[in-house]
Amino acid sequence: MNTNTLTDIDQAEEGRSLWQDAWARLRKNHLAVLGLVVLVTMIIIALLTPWIAPYSYEAQNLDLGATPPSAAHWLGTDIFGRDLLTQILYGGRVSLAVGFVATAVALLIGVGYGAIAGYVGGRTDAIMMRLVDILYALPFMIFIVLLMVVFGRNVILLFLAIGAVEWLTMARIMRGQVQSLRQQEFVEAAVSLGLPASTIIRRHLVPNALGPIIVYTTLTIPSVMLLEAFLSFLGLGIQPPQTSWGLLISYGAETMEEYPWLLIYPGLTLTITLFSLNFLGDGLRDALDVRGSKD
Amino acid sequence: MGRFLTARLLQAVPVILAVITVTFFLVRVAPGGPFDSEKAVIPEVKAALEAQYRLDQPLMSQYFAYLGDLAQGDFGPSFKYPGRSVNELIGAGLPVTAELGLYALLIATLIGGSAGVIASLRPNTPQDYIPMALAMIGICMPTFLLGPLLVLVFGIELEWLPVSGWGDIPGDKILPSITLGAAYAAYIARLSRAGMLEVLSQDYIRTARAKGLPEWQVVLRHALRGGLLPVIAFLGPAFAGLLAGSFVVETIFQIPGLGRFYVQAAFNRDYTMILGTTVFLSTLIVLFNLLSDIAAAWLNPRLRHQFGSGS
Amino acid sequence: MRATCHAIGALLLAVLGACSPGENNVERGNREGILYLGNGSEPQTIDPHVLSGSPEARVARALFEPLLTRNPYTEAIEPGVAERWKLSDDKRFLTFYLNPEARWSNGDPVTAEDFYWSWERAINPALASSLANVYFIIRGAEDYHLGKIDDFSRVGVEVLDSHTLRVELAYPYPFALNNFAYIYMAPIHRKSVEAHDGKTRRYSAWTRPGNLIGNGPFQLADWKIQRYLTVEQNPHYWDRDNIALKSIVFRPIASAATEEKMFRSGQLHATLLLPNNKTPSYRAQAESPLEESAQMASYYYALNGNTAPLNDKRVRRALALAIDRETLASTVLMDTMIAWGGYVPVGMPNYDHPEPLGFAPEEARRLLADAGFPDGDGFPRLSLLYNTDENHRTIAVAVQQMWKTHLNVDIELQNQEWQVYLSAVREGNFSIARRGWNGDTTPDSFLDYMVSDSIINVTGFANEFYDDLVVRRARETGDIDALMALYQEAERILLDEAPIIPIATYTAKRLVQPSTTGMHGRIVDVYNYKYVSLDPTAKAWQWQKPEP
Repeated sequence: MNTNTLTDIDQAEEGRSLWQDAWARLRKNHLAVLGLVVLVTMIIIALLTPWIAPYSYEAQNLDLGATPPSAAHWLGTDIFGRDLLTQILYGGRVSLAVGFVATAVALLIGVGYGAIAGYVGGRTDAIMMRLVDILYALPFMIFIVLLMVVFGRNVILLFLAIGAVEWLTMARIMRGQVQSLRQQEFVEAAVSLGLPASTIIRRHLVPNALGPIIVYTTLTIPSVMLLEAFLSFLGLGIQPPQTSWGLLISYGAETMEEYPWLLIYPGLTLTITLFSLNFLGDGLRDALDVRGSKD
Repeated sequence: MGRFLTARLLQAVPVILAVITVTFFLVRVAPGGPFDSEKAVIPEVKAALEAQYRLDQPLMSQYFAYLGDLAQGDFGPSFKYPGRSVNELIGAGLPVTAELGLYALLIATLIGGSAGVIASLRPNTPQDYIPMALAMIGICMPTFLLGPLLVLVFGIELEWLPVSGWGDIPGDKILPSITLGAAYAAYIARLSRAGMLEVLSQDYIRTARAKGLPEWQVVLRHALRGGLLPVIAFLGPAFAGLLAGSFVVETIFQIPGLGRFYVQAAFNRDYTMILGTTVFLSTLIVLFNLLSDIAAAWLNPRLRHQFGSGS
Repeated sequence: MRATCHAIGALLLAVLGACSPGENNVERGNREGILYLGNGSEPQTIDPHVLSGSPEARVARALFEPLLTRNPYTEAIEPGVAERWKLSDDKRFLTFYLNPEARWSNGDPVTAEDFYWSWERAINPALASSLANVYFIIRGAEDYHLGKIDDFSRVGVEVLDSHTLRVELAYPYPFALNNFAYIYMAPIHRKSVEAHDGKTRRYSAWTRPGNLIGNGPFQLADWKIQRYLTVEQNPHYWDRDNIALKSIVFRPIASAATEEKMFRSGQLHATLLLPNNKTPSYRAQAESPLEESAQMASYYYALNGNTAPLNDKRVRRALALAIDRETLASTVLMDTMIAWGGYVPVGMPNYDHPEPLGFAPEEARRLLADAGFPDGDGFPRLSLLYNTDENHRTIAVAVQQMWKTHLNVDIELQNQEWQVYLSAVREGNFSIARRGWNGDTTPDSFLDYMVSDSIINVTGFANEFYDDLVVRRARETGDIDALMALYQEAERILLDEAPIIPIATYTAKRLVQPSTTGMHGRIVDVYNYKYVSLDPTAKAWQWQKPEP
């Protein structure tokens, strides 16, 4: 069997663009492709939820109560007689939204910060990166808990808090990329043409640093989703009547012995999603030949 | 090296000071105070109580008084546990959390390390995918899902292992350690796989193979040593992360560790206890990061040179 | 590398190898007379004048003894430090005769002076005790506590001789003796408290093992934070011959689910609680260890009458009548609470309950329409506030749907963690809020808290006639029947005005090993360890897997 080791990747064929090349490599990675397919399906389902959910989100049937999976309720019902599949579908909208939006927040802050530090360099860079070092040392998990306790729960704050934690690594990666790109001829040419720094960063630096950013973004989404789930578990995240996978899992864990399906199906859904994201992220990392993106 | 150390230590001071300041003012903004209860205390009584803990003084003077005590290593009295000092509470929780963290790290290294090594031997084959996917469970399953599931299977269905407690009955440390360690197994697996792949492609391994040594000897005798270096550098920060992140597991398994104290203190508005644990944990994280940097510098001559030149 | 591997292997073996099953706590405890108790959260303090929670009170009951105690089965008053007592004919003076055999755990006699000193300390404003109101039955105690008088000799407590104590009551109250059985009225040992400067300073070490001197049936042996608190028989206790237990181990276990698992594996003789969802399967067990009894505790929703539209009685009543309590209790609550539309808990002794609020959807709709919201039209989106808890959430989700179904009214759920919830409720920052109240076996332990100037009454409910009934007129009569009639009238007003929506009466649910007798109590926090005994030969109870 021809093993696709790191040395092989270095001998990329010429004549194809970096992206075509990466795509070809990614396609060979079955797990990553599977992850991509699952993920796209999940997103489509989440978008279509209001039309495809089998039951209304709020409808209760107290006399029915918790029932195991059946023909009428494919994944069973909770103690209020609500359809679990419907709950999971609606919860998915929230969980995925938190994952993507909070990651986007992290991406914006991190890329912007890293690019500026890397581009400007010198003393500014030193100060900016020292600040990142300092922030790294804070017990962030603890701060998030404190923040949620102090300011009460709201989804916006949740996005911001999570985003604020996750941007640090993004900033480091971006800075590293920009530093090496700056030395390259096309950037120096742009500088000598007198283009403003913001234009150079936007037109030349960010697009060329896209590989590592995509990889790291894909790997940030699952950790953000985990964080949301954890906060919901502590009772500090999403709150009823909204629901999320993390919240469903935390409810399910309380009654796992009596009604195991209430833990198993939401848990399975979240785990499959996170696996897909991680496989895709790892696959992209190999395909785009990004090394050491997770410091 | 000495300059590097001093610089890093000095750098730690503003970090800790920032942590103290932010936490101090943050908790005061939180609605509710340490002496609120459902039994609604008469205002006069509450005032007398607050006077006992300096809470009647202006916030800034409380802040400086706290810094003064802290400089002498005194975290102050706990508000929620009259008669207990925060030092005492931290002292009671730390050994438990440290022990839990240590076991978790051991398990993570064993699982992650072996998964990574096995995977690296035949990259991009099922022998690569399957161990890596298994090791990845820890970062794809929230601790509070994995914990209950392990409890359901091993504690309740099979009745092999105790499901809660810490040091009460034999074996009760196993499930929490696995649950906590699982998340780190995936990182260690990735690191060791990458490390091994790099080492295995090097000349001395090829030489060893060419000499006709059996494959297991090549791996165990020669490759492992270099391949696991990145893992060792990772252990320091990982341990700090475990200390700060163990509170989920401590909550699930009712383990009397520092993390559980912290979460309870946050919910109880036990001001001094929140501050004490936060400051203590931050200091530990800073210290462990420092230690791992030093270790990395020692292990890696290139880096050692870099630090020496003070870049 | 090899050495590292060996070290890792050895450590892992040490962890895993300790996995051999041994004798469980319950069986060892049965044999040796050690009671293992689940005790909720970690006790904050065991100082009887500072504590306010029930985990603390349960420990303090073992370590301290007030003048009187109560029978856990009948709630009747029994001797504590006082061997007998006498009420004067005008019902204004209570004289307590202390048992000459009563001793502190160091052998010192317990005297009337000890009580005098301790009670002054308990209501001293500087100590800031949150339960000093128990003392307000004594004339002048309230004024002293609030700093209106600063001479304790003007408070109605008098030492007649070293073993006789006379108390002047603030008003003739037929249940006054109950107060003297509260743990908050226990004496503390002056010399040891003063030695640790603990008279009014909370940050004192006098309650530590080795320092603490009590007068209860047990003495403090060991206390490891978040692990256990152990008490052992007090050799000087006056009634030591009637104490069956050698020792009690209190385990702080905040989670009811964990407690249940520990009980099942034979680590506890009794739990404090049982999660609702476990209740049906325990009821179905052969020889079920589950003990259920109605508690003197109410679960209700408070309505903020200072805000529209809840300032309209018709709206309040409509909301109250649209809740199907029976269905709520029998379905999602699995009969773990008793559906009850009255504020005074069902089963109150000597008390004839007024008609409770029932389920009347037709009437509710009519009332709502009368108030200007026909079929819920134009009804504002109110929020229902509760503190984060599985049980509260369950009830809120179901009630929300009932209001939607029967009144076509949309209510928003809002859960907050405990401290945020408390401050929101206290500041009147809510529309509808979940509340609960634990009382005693007297209606006033509930009704008193709904008078207009009570801090517990957050609804804005202020009814002069109600206040007059439960404060002035109730305090003038010393007769039980007359008193009960007044309370009934007062509760009828309360239910008619509906500033609160009573939902259910709590039930105590605990798991108790078959080897253990005497773990009983209808009033929250009242355990009487004198009644507890263990069968030395009994085995631990075994869970039977239910048939699939």
